[in-house]
Amino acid sequence: MTGATAAGGGGAEPAGGPTGEKDHGIHLLQQMLRIRRFEERCAELYSHSLIRGFLHLDIGEEACAVGVIDTLSPDDAVVATYREHGHALARGISMRAAMAELEGKVEGCSRGRGGSMHLFDAATRFYGGNAIVGGGLPIAVGLALADHLQGRRAVTACFFGDGAVAEGEFHESMNLAALWHLPVLFCCENNLYAMGTALDRSESETDLSLKAAGYRVPSWEVDGMDVLAVEDSARSAVETVRAGGGPHFLELRTYRFRAHSMYDPDRYRDKAEIEQWKQRDPIPLLTERLTATGVLAEGDLERIEGEVGAEVDDAVAFAEAGTYEATEDLERFVTSEPVRAGEGS
Amino acid sequence: MSKVTYREAMRQAIREALTRDDRAFLMGEDVGRYGGCYAVSLGLLEEFGPERIRDTPLSESAFVGAGIGAALGGMRPIVEIMTVNFSLLALDQIVNNAATLSYMSGGQFNVPLVIRMTTGAGRQLAAQHSHSLEGWYAHVPGLRALAPATLEDARGMLWPAIQDPDPVIIFEHGTLYNVEGELSDDAGPVDINTAAIRRPGDDVTIITYGGTLRTGLGAAEQLAGSGVSAEVIDLRCLRPLDTATIVSSVARTHRAVIVDEGWRTGSLSAEVSARIMEEVFYDLDAPVARVCSAEVPMPYAKHLEDAAIPQVADVLAAVQMLGG
Ligand SMILES: Cc1ncc(C[n+]2csc(CCOP(=O)(O)OP(=O)(O)O)c2C)c(N)n1
Ligand SMILES: [Mg+2]
Repeated sequence: MTGATAAGGGGAEPAGGPTGEKDHGIHLLQQMLRIRRFEERCAELYSHSLIRGFLHLDIGEEACAVGVIDTLSPDDAVVATYREHGHALARGISMRAAMAELEGKVEGCSRGRGGSMHLFDAATRFYGGNAIVGGGLPIAVGLALADHLQGRRAVTACFFGDGAVAEGEFHESMNLAALWHLPVLFCCENNLYAMGTALDRSESETDLSLKAAGYRVPSWEVDGMDVLAVEDSARSAVETVRAGGGPHFLELRTYRFRAHSMYDPDRYRDKAEIEQWKQRDPIPLLTERLTATGVLAEGDLERIEGEVGAEVDDAVAFAEAGTYEATEDLERFVTSEPVRAGEGS
Repeated sequence: MSKVTYREAMRQAIREALTRDDRAFLMGEDVGRYGGCYAVSLGLLEEFGPERIRDTPLSESAFVGAGIGAALGGMRPIVEIMTVNFSLLALDQIVNNAATLSYMSGGQFNVPLVIRMTTGAGRQLAAQHSHSLEGWYAHVPGLRALAPATLEDARGMLWPAIQDPDPVIIFEHGTLYNVEGELSDDAGPVDINTAAIRRPGDDVTIITYGGTLRTGLGAAEQLAGSGVSAEVIDLRCLRPLDTATIVSSVARTHRAVIVDEGWRTGSLSAEVSARIMEEVFYDLDAPVARVCSAEVPMPYAKHLEDAAIPQVADVLAAVQMLGG
């Protein structure tokens, strides 16, 4: 399958997905807009010092998280990186819990201990928010191993960047997953840069699907700016993985519109290159398509924007009304707490 | 004298090393075109070119190992690792190769390698970017571990480190890069063997290093206001430890507080405390006190992070506990 393009997906479900073509297209658009507007607000809050630490925005790459995660079922697992707001929201972590986390509040999805780079949520099997490049891949292999050993037909979707491909953990994990035939979907968000290092200054072989081929892992190269293409490929990959087809590899070709983090002066990219990629912004791309096919009617976009804006406002209000974890609790959860009487078995 | 930041002092040191020794080169992630993740090497690519300011892929184990190999082969590599937490991906190369080759080979080979890395908390970077693991490295025979806490040391430790025939690790506390001060225009190499007394005093010795030197000095200043004269020792060289400076101070002041951003258990502070016990136990008027980071992975929220790392108030409380 190496070299196959998105169009080759063609799973059992039509591109419309489970909820019907019309609603589904709008759903994808809404998901991407939720991420975009959420992150734009994050950037603002950062400039007001309400969010601190490292903040990595996903802006421009929303189609990757939304397109893949939309094809997962609730029993599946997700492992992501420090650029994971989009993945968290797409997976179903509430905007409130995510925003509260970014503001360091105890109501946050990691009690304010993790911040932007470490969103976690057991309820949706969202295993973080990993800020060690490549650090999530072996964990994804292990989650898939546990599913396999316990006879669960779940898939683990593991997101990482093009930079991670240079780390040993990428190669060791691909090999292990393939050798043991484990249900992992490796999702490489290839945005062409690892911080300031362009892919061709980091990889002797820039065709990432060839790396997957080296481990006999089937791969798809996908237009990561086209959410429908991402979803289409992800759907067939997930089905195959779930059916026992072993690990698969999606190379999602995308681009980040913002700097690597709020600290990055972005001196290493050509402004024209950024502008060119912005022409392929996944949100207008889908909006235009939905409008052209009559799915999106007059006034729909304004309505969606209104809903999304209200959700972001609500999340910010929630975060701001939130509380800080008591300092006495600083040492809680360093190791697991004993189950207290009356709380479970 | 000129006004410089710690970052600039470090950059001057790298410039000096590359200018004076043509075997020296810098390599690491984003050290070239990006200018270094903390902008230490900004501008050096233009000055020295891509052969000597080498960007590497994200592969800590490989490029640290390559640094070891290049050192064996006659070069004088300066390897930058973005953050101490990421150095764990290269721990195998550092501990199993760099630290052992001289000994394992019966002295036939040596590894003149310098590794620089950022360490420490205080910037809300949470549990995978904020730890103080220099104590781990200080545990390992075969390595020298340095912690420049002042502009002079940021400027002056690299050259002697490069001259050292064996591996040296330099830990740069992340909160120091923007610290600005006066540095003499002829500032140059400093000694990398001894601890320094940063503030003389008679009543208690505060022993610290790196990012918490400020904390120790801040506490000493406040103590002076209440009539307690505190001596502040900056360890500077974490391995080998300058025991003589520590014990001669404690023998005079009879009290010691160790301030260490590392975790207490099995830490550098434990080592310093043990040496005081071994050498000047009978001079002590009170048990040695320690102010360390809380034994937690570093939290993101500011109030939790502040609570987790040593603060001036914690040092004052520890001194008070010692009485006198
Ligand atoms: C092991 C390790 N080395 C270095 C870093 C510093 N760092 C954080 S993100 C990053 C770039 C990663 O690029 P990529 O994998 O392409 O992901 P992207 O940021 O483009 O989404 C680097 C070098 C890190 N977090 N972990
Ligand atoms: Mg990238």
